[in-house]
Amino acid sequence: MALTKEQIAQRIAKELKDGFYVNLGIGIPTLVANYIPHGIKVVLQSENGLLGIGPFPEEGKEDPDLINAGKQTITTIPGSAFFDSAMSFGMIRAGKVDLTVLGAMEVSQSGDIANWKIPGKMVKGMGGAMDLVASAKNIIVAMMHTNPKGESKLLPHCTLPLTGVRCVKKVVTDLAVLDVTETGFKLLERAPGVSVEEIKSKTEGKLIVEGEVAEITF
Amino acid sequence: MSKVVANADEAIMHIQDGAVLMLGGFGLCGIPENCIAALVRKGVKDLTCISNNAGVDDFGIGLMLQKKQVRKMISSYVGENAEFERQLLSGELEVELIPQGTLATRCLAAGYGMPAIYTPAGAGTEVAEGKEIRSFNGKEYLLEYAFEANYAIVRARQGDTEGNLIYHETARNFNPLMAMAGKVTIAEVEQLVSAGELDPDCIHTPGIYVHRIFQGVNYEKRIEQRTVRQHK
Repeated sequence: MALTKEQIAQRIAKELKDGFYVNLGIGIPTLVANYIPHGIKVVLQSENGLLGIGPFPEEGKEDPDLINAGKQTITTIPGSAFFDSAMSFGMIRAGKVDLTVLGAMEVSQSGDIANWKIPGKMVKGMGGAMDLVASAKNIIVAMMHTNPKGESKLLPHCTLPLTGVRCVKKVVTDLAVLDVTETGFKLLERAPGVSVEEIKSKTEGKLIVEGEVAEITF
Repeated sequence: MSKVVANADEAIMHIQDGAVLMLGGFGLCGIPENCIAALVRKGVKDLTCISNNAGVDDFGIGLMLQKKQVRKMISSYVGENAEFERQLLSGELEVELIPQGTLATRCLAAGYGMPAIYTPAGAGTEVAEGKEIRSFNGKEYLLEYAFEANYAIVRARQGDTEGNLIYHETARNFNPLMAMAGKVTIAEVEQLVSAGELDPDCIHTPGIYVHRIFQGVNYEKRIEQRTVRQHK
């Protein structure tokens, strides 16, 4: 069984470590906040100028001056801090953010990522994604393994305009967990009940399989 | 000479067709609502607007797009606006999309009196096309120039008669950066107080950067994505 979006988020949450400052992108990455393991402290960074994102507000307590980068109303946790957009990207550029999780349309076997533009179709802009991928120490991509047409999103080379080059370290999809290595995508774990053959057939980029591949556990 | 003006119409009265404007805000959060409404009333055209986003169809910069007052947008993200998309695809509107951190830092550079900065954002992508690239410690960086804007228009929660500004929560975003970067900076504030009433230790934008200030009225503060806690 392929993972649900919630389960992709849940698997990525296992990568969090105590004391991490983390930036979560829009979509599946945002869901990672729901699965922070008990007993560790993680501070979420919002690139519009906040460290310490809290849960969504109670109904009636929405504050228009307090939003996340997806423009959703949020709250803060004790110990949070506000700052301007230059400082926000300053801390990102300076490598202070330990982990960035973001979505993608395509990832190449060398770690290139495309997620901001489909020529002739979608031109919404890159927002903060180019800044994040250019500077983050550790980037995990959360996405479906294939696009709605069933085509692989893990490719030898990206076909869409790039967001960043050689930056993605790990990819978690509905089918697999893969590391981006010097020689290609290394299959680390597979979704429960999903065969290595299925993952192979749905991965256009170079896939490295060594020995037994364990199933993903939560 | 007092920096205090009566209202938004007086604050923006000198803005002419073809001006380059910076407008603070992230999404609809922290936008200068009163000045946008006044610009729509005044009907100035052929504007270049530097702003992280372009508002939504019927609020924020979207109101100026509806009246076809904007010739060019310089932004990082422009989704959620059908009229914007229509004008872009029909070629009526010119758009320059740049990384958000680059946008912020080009404002910062202008306010700090630096002609340009180097940033890694966009290296190896189409954003790098035509730009000077320099390598530091084995990593590529793009040369990006400080913005030159005729006017910066910002919103703060509090301001005093000297032009000192204090922002609120994430409504701060680009506002203090743009406030520093405009040749002329116009600040609309939710509460205008006398000099001495704000704690000098808590000022975000020192008044030297602000040329005109007024107390805004009737803030709508529209929420773009109202999201509340789910109780299970």
